[in-house]
Amino acid sequence: MLANAYGVRFMFQSRLCLAAAVAASLIAAPAFAAKTLVYCSEASPEGFNAQFYTAGTTFDAVSQPLYNRLVEFERGATTIIPGLAERWEVSPDGLQYTFHLRKGVKFHTTADFKPTRDFNADDVVFSFLRQLDKNHPYHKVSGGTYEYFEGMDLPALIDKVEKVDDDTVRFVLKHPEAPFLADIAMDLGSIMSAEYADAMMKAGRPETIDLKPVGTGPFQLVNYQKDAVIRYKANADYWRGKAPIDTLVFAITPDASVRYAKLKAGECHVMSYPNPADLAAMKTDPNINLLSQEGLNIGYLAFNTQKKPFDDMRVRQALNLAVNKAAIIEAVYQGAGKVAKNPIPPTIWSYNDAVQDYPYDPEKARALLKEAGLGDGFETDLWAMPVQRPYNPNARRMAEMIQADWARIGVKAKIVSFEWGEYLKRLKAGEHQTALMGWTGDNGDPDNFLATLLSCESAKTGSNYAKWCYAPYQELITKARMVSDVAERTKLYEQAQVVFKEQAPWITIAHSVVYQPVRKEVVDFRIHPFGLNLFYGVDIK
Amino acid sequence: MLSFVLRRVGLLVPTFIGVTLIAFALIHLIPGDPIELLAGERGIDPARHAQLMREMGFDQPLWQQYLNYIGAALQGDLGRSIKTREPVLTEFFTLFPATIELSLCAMLFAVVIGLPVGILAAIRRGSVFDHTVMGVSLAGYSMPIFWWALLLILVFSVNLGWTPVSGRIAVAYFVEPVTGFMLIDTLLAGDTDAFASALHHLVLPSIVLGTIPLAVVARMTRSSMMEVIREDYIRVARAKGLSQTRVILVHALRNALIPVVTVIGLQIGTLLAGAILTETIFAWPGVGKWLVDSISRRDYPAVQGGILLVAAVVMLVNLLVDMLYGLINPRIRHAR
Repeated sequence: MLANAYGVRFMFQSRLCLAAAVAASLIAAPAFAAKTLVYCSEASPEGFNAQFYTAGTTFDAVSQPLYNRLVEFERGATTIIPGLAERWEVSPDGLQYTFHLRKGVKFHTTADFKPTRDFNADDVVFSFLRQLDKNHPYHKVSGGTYEYFEGMDLPALIDKVEKVDDDTVRFVLKHPEAPFLADIAMDLGSIMSAEYADAMMKAGRPETIDLKPVGTGPFQLVNYQKDAVIRYKANADYWRGKAPIDTLVFAITPDASVRYAKLKAGECHVMSYPNPADLAAMKTDPNINLLSQEGLNIGYLAFNTQKKPFDDMRVRQALNLAVNKAAIIEAVYQGAGKVAKNPIPPTIWSYNDAVQDYPYDPEKARALLKEAGLGDGFETDLWAMPVQRPYNPNARRMAEMIQADWARIGVKAKIVSFEWGEYLKRLKAGEHQTALMGWTGDNGDPDNFLATLLSCESAKTGSNYAKWCYAPYQELITKARMVSDVAERTKLYEQAQVVFKEQAPWITIAHSVVYQPVRKEVVDFRIHPFGLNLFYGVDIK
Repeated sequence: MLSFVLRRVGLLVPTFIGVTLIAFALIHLIPGDPIELLAGERGIDPARHAQLMREMGFDQPLWQQYLNYIGAALQGDLGRSIKTREPVLTEFFTLFPATIELSLCAMLFAVVIGLPVGILAAIRRGSVFDHTVMGVSLAGYSMPIFWWALLLILVFSVNLGWTPVSGRIAVAYFVEPVTGFMLIDTLLAGDTDAFASALHHLVLPSIVLGTIPLAVVARMTRSSMMEVIREDYIRVARAKGLSQTRVILVHALRNALIPVVTVIGLQIGTLLAGAILTETIFAWPGVGKWLVDSISRRDYPAVQGGILLVAAVVMLVNLLVDMLYGLINPRIRHAR
């Protein structure tokens, strides 16, 4: 029976192919509906509820167009601006955040759901408690793993989320934490409709809310063809005003050369992740604007400061002096990178531009090694990750260049690599002596780099791969986390960067530069520091 | 005939068990686990890691995981993808029609051109045409798909603007999937413009994917035809005064086709393998690309289920070819 069906299908298909192959040359391209913007994205979203995921691709396609958060990042910046909350107050002890909600905000109407009320405090409480409270009826729905919420340590931070009245919500924290606003401005803080959730729970299919999204965002989902196309229409009732474009289409195109071909052929207006090799041609193409900005990332080399001889600051400084970073930027990043001197990129507030980087000075490096009693050099391992990352396009090549630089001062490095998952696991266990690594920021808060990657707590279980725990530095970043005044925090973080540079637990190597080609007819597309692609506010000539 | 079919089907069972074992063992042999990869640079707390492994059942010994998996698979449950949390079966059958559609059109392209070209080359053995066909098909067989696809895109889509760069249909059209076959769905929807667009989008990927099978079919047809036309019964047919066309198309071709049909059957495997690259380049939403992505994410259920289903299809097609073979040539059916 199956075989028969297969055969029939074969014949039917064949005839169709044949008959129409003849007609194929007669076809004209269809005209787009009024103001359609097509974005050639690199991959499919993981799903339609961003609370479960951590990939920028998912945020581009789901949380950014379809949802809003209480506070949001300004388009193209890391500054926090009001979103669904019009304003907020922080209690003097930094433990209570009270949000006053915007009135008259409408959720999308879909085939499954017609909202009967505007957005209110219940929606905020629902969206956070679902992730926070393990006994919440929705906690386990659709698998119930909230990776980003857990990863940002929010269960250990948020004590309570309370509805004060319909238009007011209060968050009570377990300890003061200034980056909290930035945390909830992240995609995990997207506000879902509690009314929709209740309706679907009653209908016996709660997982619907994760498959058929209903948000308050500038666009509404029309349909999704798996791994091919996502279609959105502009939300006419959007509280910030309707988007200038009417239809937004994501054409999922995994290969970068093909995305570029589509851009050239006019099949898309904006594309993600161009090939570095194509950048030169893009710059000279009269139909394309090539936008660029430093990414919210850092590529670095971490010394395992708990192992000899890297427990000695002089050794770390010497190895810093021995590396020719300019050559690395040229060879590894092919120009799409900028030498890093601080652990945070220049797009983040509190970046300390006064810090002096270690110059390339092998002579001085040798002298320092001698002073540390290692005049004859020593042997070490040098780990290089096996994969391309946004902050490091070719770790192996980078490792080879560092190896050669170090050899000049008598340090023999052996390059080591593991499969990516294994690499991460062993690095965390501290098996390395020196290792290449990097980080892409989550929320533009300096804490997200300076504490996440370099604090004493993260040396124990987290992402502090230098295993570096230095009291004077720790004091500064702990204090900066407690106070909510931005000016005061800035001062503390600037100091922390000075201490970091002197102690040299890393060699800060580069911040990659993000390139984004858009067609000339696209108006006001801005590269987002987080690497997100946002289409609200973008127009077409 | 029945015993022949039964024997063939009987052989499938051990093959199938072998495939599940290999699929299962290989993906678990690759170092790294899905949760570690999911966490990335951020890292994951060991307790939470253990908890997630337990929830997903990855903490059990491998043999037990395998038995559980087979047990569930026999009841039609291939598990859920770790990434999308959707049932593997649903994901596969959402994407599979796109792969079939592309593969069939590629095969059609290969057969429609390969057969006549091969026959002509055999008849005019040693001619310029024959040498050209042999040379071009060797080049086609050795063509790296990736390079070939990009070349065609640059020439026909970017420079000449004759074909779309990628995708299954122009983004302006939306056709509700019914069968999953874009050509059929557009016709069911009664939208001829959309049908034309879908067809237009099939041209380049079919040519790219069909290039290797085309070369194989052309060469196979030529050599098989050459052998057959040397046979005595062809000489007899000619001696009877039959026309050249009749001798070739009726007497020679039928016998010459047997090895060609086998080769076409075997090419299904090649097509599915080639589909991985072709689908990636042409942004074709099929199972090839889905499988590769799943491997790089260590999405165990998706990889195991995907390999199992693809293997099932290949085996089924080969079974069909075997039977077809038996139909064409009764001697094979009766051989013990």
